[in-house]
Amino acid sequence: MTYLAKPKLLRADAPKNTLGYTRRDYEGAISTLCAGCGHDSISAAVVQACFDLDIEPHKVAKLSGIGCSSKTPDYFLGASHGFNTTHGRMPSVLTGAALANRDLTYLGVSGDGDSASIGIGQFAHAMRRGVNMTYIVENNGVYGLTKGQFSATADKGSKSKRGVVNNDTPIDLVALALQLGASYVARSFSGDKEQLIPLIKGALRHRGPAFIDVISPCVTFNNHAGSTKSYDYVREHNDAVNRLDVILPRDQINTSYPPGSLRRIVQHDGSILHLRKLDTDYDPSDRVGAMNHLQERHALGEIVTGLLYVDSSAEDLHRHLNTVEKPLNLLGDAYLCPGSKALEALNASLR
Amino acid sequence: MSATKPIQSCNDFVIKFANVNGSGSASANELFARAIMRMGVPVAPRNIFPSNIQGMPTWYEMRVSGAGWLGRRGGCDLMVAMNPQTWDRDIAEIAPGGYLVYDSTKSLPRSRFREDITVLGIPLTEICNREYTDPRQRQLFKNIMYVGALTALLDMEFAAVEKLIADQYRGKDKLIGANVNALKLGYDHAKADLSCPIGLRVERADGVGDKIFVNGNDACGLGAVYGGATVAAWYPITPSTSVIEAFGAYCRKYRTDPDNGMARYAIVQAEDELASIGMVIGAAWNGSRAFTATSGPGISLMQEFFGLAYFAEVPVVAFDVQRGGPSTGMPTRTQQSDLISCAYASHGDTKHVLLFPEDPYECFTLGAQAFDLADRLQTPVFVLLDLDIGMNDRLCQPFDWDDQRRYDRGKVMSAGDLEAGKNFGRYLDVDGDGIPWRTIPGTHPTKGAFFSRGTTRNAYAKYSEAGTDYVYNMERLRRKFETAKKLVPAPVVKHASQPSRFGAIYYGSTSPAMAEASALLEGQGIHVDTMRVRGFPFADEVIDFINEHDHVFVVEQNESGQLRMLLINEGEVDPKRLIRVLHYDGTPITARFISGKIADTLAERKVTPIRKQVAS
Repeated sequence: MTYLAKPKLLRADAPKNTLGYTRRDYEGAISTLCAGCGHDSISAAVVQACFDLDIEPHKVAKLSGIGCSSKTPDYFLGASHGFNTTHGRMPSVLTGAALANRDLTYLGVSGDGDSASIGIGQFAHAMRRGVNMTYIVENNGVYGLTKGQFSATADKGSKSKRGVVNNDTPIDLVALALQLGASYVARSFSGDKEQLIPLIKGALRHRGPAFIDVISPCVTFNNHAGSTKSYDYVREHNDAVNRLDVILPRDQINTSYPPGSLRRIVQHDGSILHLRKLDTDYDPSDRVGAMNHLQERHALGEIVTGLLYVDSSAEDLHRHLNTVEKPLNLLGDAYLCPGSKALEALNASLR
Repeated sequence: MSATKPIQSCNDFVIKFANVNGSGSASANELFARAIMRMGVPVAPRNIFPSNIQGMPTWYEMRVSGAGWLGRRGGCDLMVAMNPQTWDRDIAEIAPGGYLVYDSTKSLPRSRFREDITVLGIPLTEICNREYTDPRQRQLFKNIMYVGALTALLDMEFAAVEKLIADQYRGKDKLIGANVNALKLGYDHAKADLSCPIGLRVERADGVGDKIFVNGNDACGLGAVYGGATVAAWYPITPSTSVIEAFGAYCRKYRTDPDNGMARYAIVQAEDELASIGMVIGAAWNGSRAFTATSGPGISLMQEFFGLAYFAEVPVVAFDVQRGGPSTGMPTRTQQSDLISCAYASHGDTKHVLLFPEDPYECFTLGAQAFDLADRLQTPVFVLLDLDIGMNDRLCQPFDWDDQRRYDRGKVMSAGDLEAGKNFGRYLDVDGDGIPWRTIPGTHPTKGAFFSRGTTRNAYAKYSEAGTDYVYNMERLRRKFETAKKLVPAPVVKHASQPSRFGAIYYGSTSPAMAEASALLEGQGIHVDTMRVRGFPFADEVIDFINEHDHVFVVEQNESGQLRMLLINEGEVDPKRLIRVLHYDGTPITARFISGKIADTLAERKVTPIRKQVAS
């Protein structure tokens, strides 16, 4: 961690996005995580993604649970409202927030303990409910703040720093998200920002529950030989099915790809997902295929990454509830209170 | 037939219907209650039902009281025994000189009856089997038929009941004819075969006036609509489920956009109570008025989140329809036993605002007010009703609303305020009342954003582990709670006809029984001043009332005297001056119970008037 405050001075030539914001406008407080923590790379990727997408910082609400990963929303998007909730309960608080104002972008940040152990119920139900959000799990397989206990995503046979072997079957949140109905499902690695940033961008522009599992090694408690969530292990076993580019409607498309190597997906807001195929057989619009692929590769010890599934026509919770277009938190008294006349009629029916 | 003289009473008796649940009896019984009210005679019905869907015993106890006493009376003057499973205990419950109406299709031995009651047999099944072929109709019309028989037996106006049926099924004319026909079958049979009327009679009166007949859960749902709630998240639990069902029904009626049919509200059935209160907190944090409805076990599950809402200062509303605890306890019986678990919900030093409605009218008014209070105080507000008023229809004053009233959204800084350079510290006490200003997410591009957390922070919402920051915050929260004392609804005091050294404090659904008990006691020459507490933290008047009396009875429907505990703890009252009057068997408290306890206690004290000896 660094103890130095960030200098306020800004380079005059700092690049600005079309809204006139610099990258600095998307940063937050100084991180208090360990030096080299994968989570800080994810925070940087969030900053870059929001900058690139020209998202107004105050139009994002960032929510988290409890744990190392859940501390990170303080370290990016300082001009956004944030809510560090209770352990494992971010999904419900985010769901409520999203109900109140459908116009903000909701970013939920959680960890493997927060989402796969204490919060697996809320994780599951937020996915199946179709909450319009980007849900990032910063997955290191270990409880950091309480000093290195296994989490529910730790692989069977994985060895802790103290030499204890994990005998429990791991929970694969990507497999769960696919099964539960998430409409954008990806996995990435905190050490691969080229892959991660576009995946976050695609998720932020997706309507519906977008889930990204980011393997994020814990440098202090889970980066040793025998760990399956260490930098070395993940680099050696990373099996990327595709590479994503997110193209906004205003952007010129000037990259050319060899025929057959590209898949183009248009999202509801007009943004285009360009998927460069690395695995020619992989079809990201096939939920069942994605689940099969994941299991097959897992059996071979591979960690499948990339955009694993996307349904660009998905509907969200607001659509299901048929709520008005105007955010509920902006409806004034006149729209909410039926008034005394309605009561008179009601009273008459209760006599 | 019997040596005991049959009870003679006009507009003052208790009828009890013993039924099997799931048999369609509830709507027939309710119809009968409404019919009596249409004749201007107050009725207080209560469902006594099992935690079951079909086949178990259920009772509908109806107090007819021309004097307007709506508390449970106890005892039974007329039993309509429709459930063979509970026959023996139902027969045993009838007061000497009382009446029994039963289905005499199958003859029963003399030994199954009592000598001191009037037995009125009607072959309901036989008539039904003769008149109807459809099994469901046979069952449903059997119920309407006994209503018809009672109309004759109690000398009621057949036309009034007939008109009520027409009103209830308006637009479904087929049902009107069929129901009136069944009603008439029962009526005619009673007129022909039994000596009508019996000693119990209903006579037209003017005791109902413009009162409405509604249950507290419906009124809470309506209160939430009028209070401006837009988000409700909940998990089904008896006896609170119908609060949300009512909110949904009233929202569909009043909150559907007339132009496009879209909803100006959102209701989510969550996966559990933790998620429901989490959603409410998220919505309220984001500027919507939001609430949940639950009961004791749900309150237990929500404890951690209540602590977060208290400490992060999020305005949430929770309706707790109390039932018997601990654990699953008595899920379909009434109690007032969640005061402590709500008042101090969560770990650490927390205190919460509680409201105690006495009837459906107050479920509506306090339910709506809860949202203003929550926004003003930026804290959880609990509306504590109970099964007795939540799930039973009750006569109460009609709902009213002042169209000039505007929602009090509390201290919310707008984009304009921020732009004008107002100093924004999320947890800064700028006004001295302990209530800080807040901003709603998305308000301003560069100003007013803050990070909410349950962890200690400084006045500007920055993470802090400094003891001074923590103490500043806790002291401010304490000041805020002091402010709440002045904002919660004031207590209602009623003085006895003569000055008294004795007082009684009560709250919530105890209200009608307490009022009647006061009258009973006055009749015995015992004078007790009463005070109905409507909110927590206690207004100063509450403690003043105690100090103005030598002894105060604290009348509650729980085993441990939970309001008394709060009075002792928060009001620093000498426990010896607060005498417990506790009723907690799951049935609603009665005036007979309260007046009996108070009279007995006073009688004991007269035998050894310790205070007087010391004083002289």
